[in-house]
Amino acid sequence: MSAATLTPTAAGDAPIPLRAHLRHTGALIRRNLLWIRQDPESMFDAILFPVIFTLLFVYVFGGSIGASMGGGQDQYVQYVVPGLMAMMGMNMAQGVGTGFNTDFNSGVMDRFRSLPIGRGSVLVAKIAVELLRMLFATVVLMIVAVLVGFDITHWTGMLASIGLSAVFGSALMWVFLTLGVVMKSAQSVQAMGFLVLMPLQFGSSIFAPTASMPGWLQNFTDYNPLSALADTARGLMLGGPVAHDLWVTLAWSVGLTAVMAPVAIHKFRTKN
Amino acid sequence: MTVRGLVKHYGDTKALDGVDLDVREGTVMGVLGPNGAGKTTLVRILSTLLAPDAGRATVAGYDVVRQPRQLRRVIGLTGQYASVDEKLSGWENLYLIGRLLDLSRKDTRARADELLERFSLTEAARRPVGTYSGGMRRRLDLAASMIGRPAVLYLDEPTTGLDPRTRNEVWDEVKAMVGDGVTVLLTTQYMEEAEQLASELTVVDRGKVIAGGGIEELKARVGGRTLRVRPADPAHLRPLARALDELGITGLATTTVDAERGSVLVPVLSDEQLTAVIGAVTARGITLSSVVTELPSLDEVFLSLTGHRASAPQDARPADDREEVAV
Repeated sequence: MSAATLTPTAAGDAPIPLRAHLRHTGALIRRNLLWIRQDPESMFDAILFPVIFTLLFVYVFGGSIGASMGGGQDQYVQYVVPGLMAMMGMNMAQGVGTGFNTDFNSGVMDRFRSLPIGRGSVLVAKIAVELLRMLFATVVLMIVAVLVGFDITHWTGMLASIGLSAVFGSALMWVFLTLGVVMKSAQSVQAMGFLVLMPLQFGSSIFAPTASMPGWLQNFTDYNPLSALADTARGLMLGGPVAHDLWVTLAWSVGLTAVMAPVAIHKFRTKN
Repeated sequence: MTVRGLVKHYGDTKALDGVDLDVREGTVMGVLGPNGAGKTTLVRILSTLLAPDAGRATVAGYDVVRQPRQLRRVIGLTGQYASVDEKLSGWENLYLIGRLLDLSRKDTRARADELLERFSLTEAARRPVGTYSGGMRRRLDLAASMIGRPAVLYLDEPTTGLDPRTRNEVWDEVKAMVGDGVTVLLTTQYMEEAEQLASELTVVDRGKVIAGGGIEELKARVGGRTLRVRPADPAHLRPLARALDELGITGLATTTVDAERGSVLVPVLSDEQLTAVIGAVTARGITLSSVVTELPSLDEVFLSLTGHRASAPQDARPADDREEVAV
């Protein structure tokens, strides 16, 4: 344990065992959870966001979009709730970047980086807690959804789509963590996130069927991973074909993680 | 600790321009320099937070570039800005770091309690650090860097921004740590702090080492002290200044009058000169209310070592600890 028992080797560095990685990540998750306990207001967005979006879309736009789909508000509820679930992952992912940036500017990161821990632990712990927040927001969403008349027909499908949103959400979190490390202030991370997310969210099948959109926009929505995620959730929760959209979503998740996780860790390691 | 030819650029600016440094085990090396001299860059490289562009550094037998993980296990870092987590309590901060240093849960708990006790933070242990005073935070920061019983401790301007009383508390803690046999690299802008804590000193400016050696040796080179002589009757200020000026003592600077504080400043190089000043005062029959000796400021140190003023403007801090001289 002490310095004296460690013999310096001529070259190379001591690797960190897997168990130590898990222990470090666990300790950092505990820290992030203590943050939430100390500052419960940080959970407000996880409660308010699903409530506001559900009420807004169901009651403001629900009637007319539902009518154009050949039904009414009830039909729109069934359409939009799986879409909102897909969106939950994105919004939580955006928060991870801002939070991480604030953390970075506080000096605590210097302490972490001067400790013998894997660089990934800090990032993985952050993502783990954000996933918990996302899960919480999803539970809130489902409660509100049922209250406004959503009919859960496939329980296993619902759980599967929650899982899929989490997978896609964590992939996006690597992107936002990278932004959080690279950009100078939390404000610019937020602004950047907004710029990226706005077109992705609304240029998708989350809120409305894409059939009535102009051709050029349909080209965009067809390739937008959020459409695939929303359509998979719809299929899983309401029944219908999912295979194609599911593969597209998984491919995006794996691809984003494979590219962005190493980038985020590298940027974190070399940040000065 | 051995540092050879360390270079670090930020764009066109050379933060470090070939720094060499040797610190013996169990000693305190003071690195003295103004803002922007490269002190923090040096500490960041030696604590593996930053990679150097050129040069080599070995700390406790580990190469800072090639063996960062092993090195991190034996170092402690206390930054210029208290790097503790504001939302966590003092105890939770220490517990977290203990766990990240691979101490067992039981050891970590014991160590956290022990350090909180030692740094007089037991009562505040469960409160969020956000509610702590500046001095308490700095003490917690020191405690945090001691959890893993480091062999080498970096103190980067540990008292910058603290009031004199709190600063003295921090100094006492640092002295106690040194008593435990820790090797310390201390960066500071204040000659006084260096004198209080360090046994050896390296003076840096614009990324270069411009002087080094034992504190006493450097003080002798710098030219010692400034005498602040205050007449009991303010009306005697000018005559006193004239009398002392006529002595022709020129240390680092010439004799000057500090009208605001009603005193005359005489730079003296030796005890003989100090005695001569007192003699001259006595000969004129002027009654003094106080005579104090002050350490040269960083500016004066620079002036005498380099012939130019410190490269970045300083917030001048008056010397608070003065040696009272019997009158």
